[in-house]
Amino acid sequence: MAKSCLLISSAAPYGSSAARDLLDIALTASVFELPVALLLIGDGVLQLKSQQQPQTIAQKNLNAIQASLPLYDLERIYVEAEAMSFYDLQLEDLCLTAQPLQSEEIQALIAEFESVITL
Amino acid sequence: MRFSLIIQASPLQQQAASTALRFAQALLSSGHQLHRVFFYRDGVYTALNSSCTPSDELNLPDAWQAFARAHEIDLVVCIAAGVRRGVISEEEAHRYGKHTATLAAEFDLSGLGQLIEATLVSDRIVTFGGRA
Repeated sequence: MAKSCLLISSAAPYGSSAARDLLDIALTASVFELPVALLLIGDGVLQLKSQQQPQTIAQKNLNAIQASLPLYDLERIYVEAEAMSFYDLQLEDLCLTAQPLQSEEIQALIAEFESVITL
Repeated sequence: MRFSLIIQASPLQQQAASTALRFAQALLSSGHQLHRVFFYRDGVYTALNSSCTPSDELNLPDAWQAFARAHEIDLVVCIAAGVRRGVISEEEAHRYGKHTATLAAEFDLSGLGQLIEATLVSDRIVTFGGRA
């Protein structure tokens, strides 16, 4: 079976460099043909919120990089359902198609991967 | 079992940085292999040769270098993260017009591809200092 890797982030989009650093790993993995999936938990679900305007705080818009993920065959994107409701986010508020997961489904997802990298 | 480590923890602010070294030492003494240690994010400060540690404190950069020399361990610093933080080799210093290289001996600057390669060939990947 081919190796696969799950990237997990619980970081808000602009409070630290975690979201950007995570995307760098995701894109590199794709170049090396390592299948990766993305799981955003807690504050991490905010990374995918569309219509971000980070230029007002001199940051690059993450949505621009996120939009390229499907082109890199990174289509397995998961969000924690509980965090989505905590922030009153609907799937339509996100800039990419993502699948919401309950906590027991998150456990099953993590178990599916040979390696997991957390940022 | 073959392990690789990802170190994101700042060597001076997070205990995870020194936990990582002790974990690496424990791996080898338990008969495991260590394929690579990849320094990412603020973890790259571990490879800064201009840092000065008080003499009565653990000098993490020196300790990693001694460990790498003793066991021929591959210590790789993410080049993008390193350059942003001033951890640069002779070659990068020249490229960016800086006077001095600051990358400590035993560390190599390379790309995130080295992290992905480590993920592909290792049985286990262990991250220190994630979630920050």
